[in-house]
Amino acid sequence: MENRSFVQSFIARAEFGPLVLLIVELVVFWGINPDFLSPQNISNILAFTVELGLIALAMTLLMTSGEFDLSVGSLFGFSPVLMWTLFNSGVTSLEVGLLIALIVAALIGLVNGWFVTQLKIPSFLVTLGMLLVVRGSALFITDGFPQRTWSAEGSWLANILVGDFYVGPFRIYASLFWFIGAAIVLGYVLTQSRTGNWIQAAGGNPNAARARGVNVSRVKVGLFILSAVMASLAGVISSLRTSAANPNSGTGYELEVIAMVVIGGTALTGGRGTIIGTVLGILILRVMRNGIVLIGVPGLAYNIFIGAIILGMMALHSWLERRHQAGT
Amino acid sequence: MAEPLIRMENIRKSYGRVQALVDANFHVNEKEIVGLLGDNGAGKSTLIKVLSGAVPLTSGDIFIRGKKVTLRSTSDAIAHGIETIYQDSALVTQLSIARNLFLGREPIKAPRFLNRMDQDAMNAVARDLLRQVGITKNIPPTTAIGSLSGGERQAVAIARAMHFDSDLIILDEPTNNLGVAETQGVLSFVRSARDSGHSCIFIAHNIHHVFQVVDRIVVMRRGKVVADDIDPKKTTVAEVERVITGMSDKEIRDAISDGPQQHG
Repeated sequence: MENRSFVQSFIARAEFGPLVLLIVELVVFWGINPDFLSPQNISNILAFTVELGLIALAMTLLMTSGEFDLSVGSLFGFSPVLMWTLFNSGVTSLEVGLLIALIVAALIGLVNGWFVTQLKIPSFLVTLGMLLVVRGSALFITDGFPQRTWSAEGSWLANILVGDFYVGPFRIYASLFWFIGAAIVLGYVLTQSRTGNWIQAAGGNPNAARARGVNVSRVKVGLFILSAVMASLAGVISSLRTSAANPNSGTGYELEVIAMVVIGGTALTGGRGTIIGTVLGILILRVMRNGIVLIGVPGLAYNIFIGAIILGMMALHSWLERRHQAGT
Repeated sequence: MAEPLIRMENIRKSYGRVQALVDANFHVNEKEIVGLLGDNGAGKSTLIKVLSGAVPLTSGDIFIRGKKVTLRSTSDAIAHGIETIYQDSALVTQLSIARNLFLGREPIKAPRFLNRMDQDAMNAVARDLLRQVGITKNIPPTTAIGSLSGGERQAVAIARAMHFDSDLIILDEPTNNLGVAETQGVLSFVRSARDSGHSCIFIAHNIHHVFQVVDRIVVMRRGKVVADDIDPKKTTVAEVERVITGMSDKEIRDAISDGPQQHG
């Protein structure tokens, strides 16, 4: 096998396509409307990016293991509702409310994982069922109305999760650091750690992994829990930042998150995943949502562009994969 | 006589009312390549699945170096030094050669709580092993299994079994779908495994491949071992075919020219 040049290997990487697309987006939007790269707009893009991004990072690992989770959007809405309900009714402090919301989310992830690994039901069906159960619970306990949210300003919890400050002209939320931290840790887990090897093997060839003594079920259950907890945390962050807890929030997020992950180059069929690709995928969709509004395209047309991007990126990934397999 | 490496006695396996193995007796000696032959449905696969821990036996005993063992799972079998290589299911195509070699037993760098794989050590061992099994092409150990040929994949699986000191390597149809040169490559990997002290069970439909590499041939028919000491140097392919089918030369010729309904 001949050694490829650096440029050839770079082009063959799953992250290459998304990187080019992101650069093209930035150049086009900036060319049409120079305000696109204004400090205020960049700050806006970053604030929204983090919340969906946290879910997408966890989803990357779960999808690499060959499963996915449709219940994340409903948890995004349910967890803040639970936290605020506990707080408003005087049962717990806000911090304990958050802790309980995260534990409940972990249990929901555990149930998802148990159904998928022990009862061998496809994750599509299990998490679709869970989506309805969780969303239904959020609507039931709130009668469908948004929860009263105490202004969280000044609380240490709000400060460490969503406190904001200015770096020059840029308004930065603390949640950005949580996102960067999560990306670094999960990127490390996936590429450097032994667990990452097991995650990829669980998605690539579960029988081979089992034959080597890897506990595939435990790996998958752990990732379902991670995905649920991250969705819950993202929901709470969003709720604290916007001072709102709507039982309907997060509707449709599951598909947007999965789109971010696959655009970044993670295989829907499992076995191959990339955190760097997912970060690019997150930015591509958020920049697109922001940019098309800024250049005057009606916001309702957003989905047309997203659909086109998904189809285009899938075609590119498939083409690169075939070139790679052919050794060219 | 020295105790064999593996001894299986009176093995029975039934699936409901179907008897897949009927009092099968089988053994493998130290540093020996045994060719396991038999027609479709003769019981070879079931015998191997029992030995690799993939299916539980209904009754019978398995001994490793004279000591009775119970194999409840594939992990159990691996722990007892029995490694099975199925043609397509042994490796994860998306992972690199080195990561496949160490899957489930990755070496960890200090500090251990970081759970970080020692990828340099893994690559170095992988490079060495590839040379040992006779892959002379310069394939970097970071290459994904998906871009290797069928023969090279078999070599990686054999190298893994050798590295982790499996006493017995079971190769299920390792030469299926391989070209002539690749087949010769796999046969030479099997020989180098024996030369470095491992025993092998070699299952193949192509009797000619079996003849080229094994020390002893065992034939199964209808769930039983019907011959277990055929020396490939002292027999012919035609004779072994007769044992496999249980037919005479004339019956075989008739079966080929008239079709099987003549014997139905």
